[in-house]
Amino acid sequence: MIMTLLRRELKVARRNWIGLAIPLLFFIIVVSLFPFAVSPDAPVLQQLAPGVIWVAALLSMLLSLEQFYRSDYQDGALEQLLLMSSPTMVAASKILAHWLLTGLPLVILSPLLGVLMQINHGVEHSTHTWVLMLSLVLGTPTLCLLGAVGMSLTLAASRNGLLVSILIIPLYVPVLIFGASTVTASLENMRYNGELAILGAFLLITLVFAPFASGRALKISVG
Amino acid sequence: MAKAWRWFHQLGSPKFLFQKTGQWLPWIWAATLILLVVGLYYSLWASPIEVRQGQKHSVRIMYIHVPSAALSMVAYIAMAIAAIVGLVWKMKVAFAVTRSIAPVGAAMTFLALFTGSVWGKPTWGTWWEWDARMTSELLLLFLYLGFIALHASFSDRSKADKASSILAIVGVINIPIIYFSVKWWNTLHQGYSITEKGALNPAFQTPLFIMLAAMYLLFIALVLMRLRAEIILRNQKSRWVAEWALGTSAKGDKS
Repeated sequence: MIMTLLRRELKVARRNWIGLAIPLLFFIIVVSLFPFAVSPDAPVLQQLAPGVIWVAALLSMLLSLEQFYRSDYQDGALEQLLLMSSPTMVAASKILAHWLLTGLPLVILSPLLGVLMQINHGVEHSTHTWVLMLSLVLGTPTLCLLGAVGMSLTLAASRNGLLVSILIIPLYVPVLIFGASTVTASLENMRYNGELAILGAFLLITLVFAPFASGRALKISVG
Repeated sequence: MAKAWRWFHQLGSPKFLFQKTGQWLPWIWAATLILLVVGLYYSLWASPIEVRQGQKHSVRIMYIHVPSAALSMVAYIAMAIAAIVGLVWKMKVAFAVTRSIAPVGAAMTFLALFTGSVWGKPTWGTWWEWDARMTSELLLLFLYLGFIALHASFSDRSKADKASSILAIVGVINIPIIYFSVKWWNTLHQGYSITEKGALNPAFQTPLFIMLAAMYLLFIALVLMRLRAEIILRNQKSRWVAEWALGTSAKGDKS
């Protein structure tokens, strides 16, 4: 079931790849603003890097939420999907597809942004880049899961574009804190596995609850 | 037990709830006002000042700060419980309760943040610090505002009720974070002092407890008043509301 839904999502996305590329472009552009605005000095950028990259990733995920359920809701496809399968299943496969299409590219792009932000300044190895990627691998699915809840709650609401950000950002904050502090800990040569473990715990908790909550909310929005 | 269940079901009837709260409210308000006067007298005049804090009278802020901070969390939990009751048992009055609690809870959260900031300036030397407890309390304020905003952006009230209830339940995750933040992170905000023995001087305890009781009652009174307005708004088409409004109901109440 999930595979069928997933294949459908990927097919739809392939035909609308520009829409998916825009949040990624935004991710890169936002990060590249900081050297202009703050300072192009490598040590300064390196210190800012974890926070800037994580905030940019978070904003980019928020931007891409817009494509989560919206078009399916508007053309009625969502209603059909809900008839076909359980709401939790629909939400779960949507979330998985959404992460593959937006979260994973972010993770893959992040080393490039690490380079832009001089994350490996002064060291010979590339541990910091790996830690950044790892924190994003654990953090972005949580952002997707929480975003799905927010998006499905606001589907039937008017003026929902900004509303979703207001609802979801408070829930994003814990992920942002631990995501950025993982990378900061690595930059300061401290142990970072505690922070990674907490990110993993967030992921597991939201993995259990978010598809269910999002499914319920879809039912309410459509019904 | 059976009696408790009957009560629970009766409370689900808007008319019953409206009449009962109408009878309770004058008493609740009376108790609130008495406790507030006594509590404020004790906390603002008749309690000792804290010699260790720079501005000696600033400790009096505690008597507002602690109750409003406690209520900000209790109110959210109450709202989430009402949301669960509404979603699970499809009890419509429960949604009216969530809607009545949200603005009062948001006000309490703002009050806690504001008094904390005013208290922080003389004692810590700063209006604001990105400390775990303050940050999570700020997030609580955003959750309340998000709830209100979400509810306001639907044209269909039943959808608004259900969607915002789900949000209220999801946001509960923040409450333990606020409560345990002083234990999990060693930050600027002090740890538990009420529940831990000996941490709080008894001279501060009595006025604080009176103020806690007073603020709880004030909260209940405000929520019930909002709830009554909400019930009337939601049942404006029913006959008993018309009868009540025209004053022809046999069992009409005073307020």
